Amino acid sequence: MKKMKKIRLISMLALAIMVAVGATSCKPKDADIQKAVQTAVAANPDATGVTVAVEKGVVTLTGEVKDEAASMAINGLAAAVKNVKSVVNNMTIAAPLVNPVDAQLIEALKDALKDNPTVVAAVKEGVISLTGEIKKSDLPKLLQKVSALKPVKIDNQLTIK
Amino acid sequence: MTLAEKYSTVIDAAKAGGSTDLQVFEQGGVLHIEGSVPSGDVKDQLWVLYDKVDPNYVTGDLVLNVNTSVVEGGKVKVVTESSNLNIRKGPGTDQPIVGKAAHGEIITLISKANDLWWLVRTNDGEEGYSYAQYLEPVAL
Repeated sequence: MKKMKKIRLISMLALAIMVAVGATSCKPKDADIQKAVQTAVAANPDATGVTVAVEKGVVTLTGEVKDEAASMAINGLAAAVKNVKSVVNNMTIAAPLVNPVDAQLIEALKDALKDNPTVVAAVKEGVISLTGEIKKSDLPKLLQKVSALKPVKIDNQLTIK
Repeated sequence: MTLAEKYSTVIDAAKAGGSTDLQVFEQGGVLHIEGSVPSGDVKDQLWVLYDKVDPNYVTGDLVLNVNTSVVEGGKVKVVTESSNLNIRKGPGTDQPIVGKAAHGEIITLISKANDLWWLVRTNDGEEGYSYAQYLEPVAL
């Protein structure tokens, strides 16, 4: 082969190889993105229950977090990582912890309100809040049942029918 | 005016009605009146007086927990609104029903399991737990 043709052939081959290599190595690997997002998310102490999955640059977050604020913060951390195309937030919010006194009152209220289906009770720090409807004639009996549970206070917001 | 002064009519009526174990204390802006009175009529009267001071009980500054005193082994009357009272295997509405007592029926109190559930026996011999708030002690 003539020298010029040989050089041209080699350089074209080199170019072809470079293009081929370039086409695959410029694309970020999901595994690398996953590692980077994992590290970023771990900076948030509420993220201990969160799992990170990455497919074609799309991050999916699953697991339980303590509240909405934590969910949004963790989502934000993942979205800010380089090469992340988008974040799918499949995290669930944990049910709020109930203190034992409130838990006891909630249990006892189930029995106390069994005959008053139009009455709804909520409990917070020993205070029982009543909402819904009731007849005036039924009110003393209902309040007697609720008072027997020895709440801190009864917040009566019932509508008298 | 203190809360005890505000509800003085209720406290006085309970004492006049024969209560010997009345406890009145104020906690967190709420007055608590606890104890027992000899009859259901006195108890009902307390609630009428409470309603006079705080119509429809909306203020929420009183927890009135005065119950009719009861003797174990004594008689109690079923004071549901109109329906039968369930008698259950255990102290809870999730417990299976083992019998019933009719509205107005007088049955025997065997013992108080706790403040809310009492062990009773009907005249038919059915024995089990009923919700205490639907049982009113009757004078011996």
